[in-house]
Amino acid sequence: MSKPNGKSGLNRRHFLASAAAATTAVSALSAPAVLAQGRPRVVVVGGGAGGATAARYIAKDSEGAIDVTLVEPSRAYYSCFFSNLYIGGFRDYASIGHSYGDLAANHGINVVHDWAVSVDRDARSVGLAGGGSLAYDRLILSPGIDFRDGSVPGWDLSQQNRMPHAYKAGSQTQLLKAQIEAMPEGGTYCMVAPPNPFRCPPGPYERISMVAHVLKQSNPTAKILIVDPKAKFSKQGLFEEGWQRHYAGMIERVGPDFGGDKVEVRPEAMEVVIDGEATKVDVCNVIPAQQAGRIAAVAGITNEAGWAPIVPHTMQSRADENIHVLGDASQQGDMPKSGFSANSQAKACAMAVRGALTGSSTFPPRYSNTCWSLIGTDDGVKVGASYEATDEKIAKTDGFISKTGESAELRKATYEESLGWYAAITGDMFS
Amino acid sequence: MGHRAAGLAAWAASGMLAVALLLLLPAAGAWSADAERGKALFGQCKRCHQVGSGAAHRIGPHLNDVFGRTAGSFADFRYSDAMKTAGSGGLVWSEATLDAFLSDPHTFVPHSRMSFDGMEGADDRADLVAWLRGFSGDHSNPSAAEPTATPEEYGLDPQILAIEGDPEYGAYLAGECTTCHRTDGTNEGIPSITGWPLDDFVIALHAYKGGKRVHPVMQMVAGRLSDAEIAALAVHFHKADDDP
Repeated sequence: MSKPNGKSGLNRRHFLASAAAATTAVSALSAPAVLAQGRPRVVVVGGGAGGATAARYIAKDSEGAIDVTLVEPSRAYYSCFFSNLYIGGFRDYASIGHSYGDLAANHGINVVHDWAVSVDRDARSVGLAGGGSLAYDRLILSPGIDFRDGSVPGWDLSQQNRMPHAYKAGSQTQLLKAQIEAMPEGGTYCMVAPPNPFRCPPGPYERISMVAHVLKQSNPTAKILIVDPKAKFSKQGLFEEGWQRHYAGMIERVGPDFGGDKVEVRPEAMEVVIDGEATKVDVCNVIPAQQAGRIAAVAGITNEAGWAPIVPHTMQSRADENIHVLGDASQQGDMPKSGFSANSQAKACAMAVRGALTGSSTFPPRYSNTCWSLIGTDDGVKVGASYEATDEKIAKTDGFISKTGESAELRKATYEESLGWYAAITGDMFS
Repeated sequence: MGHRAAGLAAWAASGMLAVALLLLLPAAGAWSADAERGKALFGQCKRCHQVGSGAAHRIGPHLNDVFGRTAGSFADFRYSDAMKTAGSGGLVWSEATLDAFLSDPHTFVPHSRMSFDGMEGADDRADLVAWLRGFSGDHSNPSAAEPTATPEEYGLDPQILAIEGDPEYGAYLAGECTTCHRTDGTNEGIPSITGWPLDDFVIALHAYKGGKRVHPVMQMVAGRLSDAEIAALAVHFHKADDDP
């Protein structure tokens, strides 16, 4: 990265980067009385596709005029997007991992590895689990999802090692992959799919494809059972065509018409109970119902459904104009909960925040999304849309989806395109 | 680096070297190669490359006197690091090396900027290379270089090319592009769009917008860009130079 700040910029960056490394520096940096008259302060909670992009764009484009702190408990980010490809053996684990080092070094972002546990909206400060607090002029919450207690009877977070969700990437993904690879010959992998709305609408079904890909090679008599409370799902025609082509006879889906919406799990017995009938399984991948990451509810800006409503033009919370909410946690209208959407929303948010704090130019937001999915080797599909901000919601204006019966050449090109997208978006978040 | 070395080594070891040496014999390639067919095949290349009298660098470097030229050696063209490294590692363009490169560009020079997946047919490659041969070395009256893209091709009002783009607006709009297009000049499944001549950029986006170039994402993205917005993006990416 070449930036015009020159030497003084580098010194400041080095100071901030080293300050970020020392946890004791947190309270010093956050002393509000001292900094209140200085540069405007933005605190970003959550270092995923929404938060990392917003922090990077604000810091990069304000060229030091805004003090940006990113609060993220993990030192390494493992992307949910492409984590299914890791399960399928198309990517290695390291290739979906990213560090926050360049955000500090290249853009002077103060990266604090801690949990945000409270928000004082009147005092405009965020409390950290480590004990410090961070004052803000604008707060950006991009906490992703948490699971709704009791949505799958018999399952709670304490069962996640026995019945993994693997719906926040990292050790859960590794665990699920290991369990699949250790399945007995002819065993059963079961997925309890989530109800709408949830993170990454094609995600569960791409995962089914990747699990089938692995089992077809290593355990071809194994079975895959999907218990699904939804009548329909994203890219359904494309997935079902691909499953028939690549994995005929391996995958069975139980929808709500056959009790897919009346499921209970028994982790101790490794049983799945569908409409009263118990089935023994070898791997049980429970993806529960979802809501905004906890800090959004703690801040008091979520609705009864558990999501944070936003103003479509700026991604500001409808409940507090000093808070913006990005990505999965937001309730914005027509955009799917995806990394691409979060990245797109983050840029509109970054522009609005800079405009508010430094008076820089603002333009109408441009939202878009594309979701690629891999069904089998060199068999990629995609769905996408563009959106505009209306007073009511972020509204879809145009869209496209891959077609059934496409040529192998086009499917391969679509898969290769997804590799380019992955490289680009992770660069757009972390470089 | 490792990839490049592996690519060249694999090429040499795979027996293609022997084929290449055969091609280097004066008559071997020329007997069968059909330069007129090669001219037609060049249609796939000419969105980015010019060749002939008056040819200039466009999205790709011009191809006059490419035979005997060291890869990545024009000082006034922005190559990928990969292509420059290949050149400093000794890659010189000849029938043999052009044939190998055109057969699988991403394997022969991994991470080069050239957005082309390769030409499968050996006869096609031989014809194309034979045609390019006519623009290297001593040649009388080479035909004039054809433009890489023209507004007429896509039914575009030439006035649109005269619109001056606003770089600040372009920088904001570019956020929508950089989710997929990398800004470091590399391309992996999705082409690099930095450093393009303004006209080529504007014509390409209007071609998508008008449905004359086909790609669902690009047609959707370009579909809602105004003439002024396309001009703004062209200015932004023309200047964007973010080489790692």
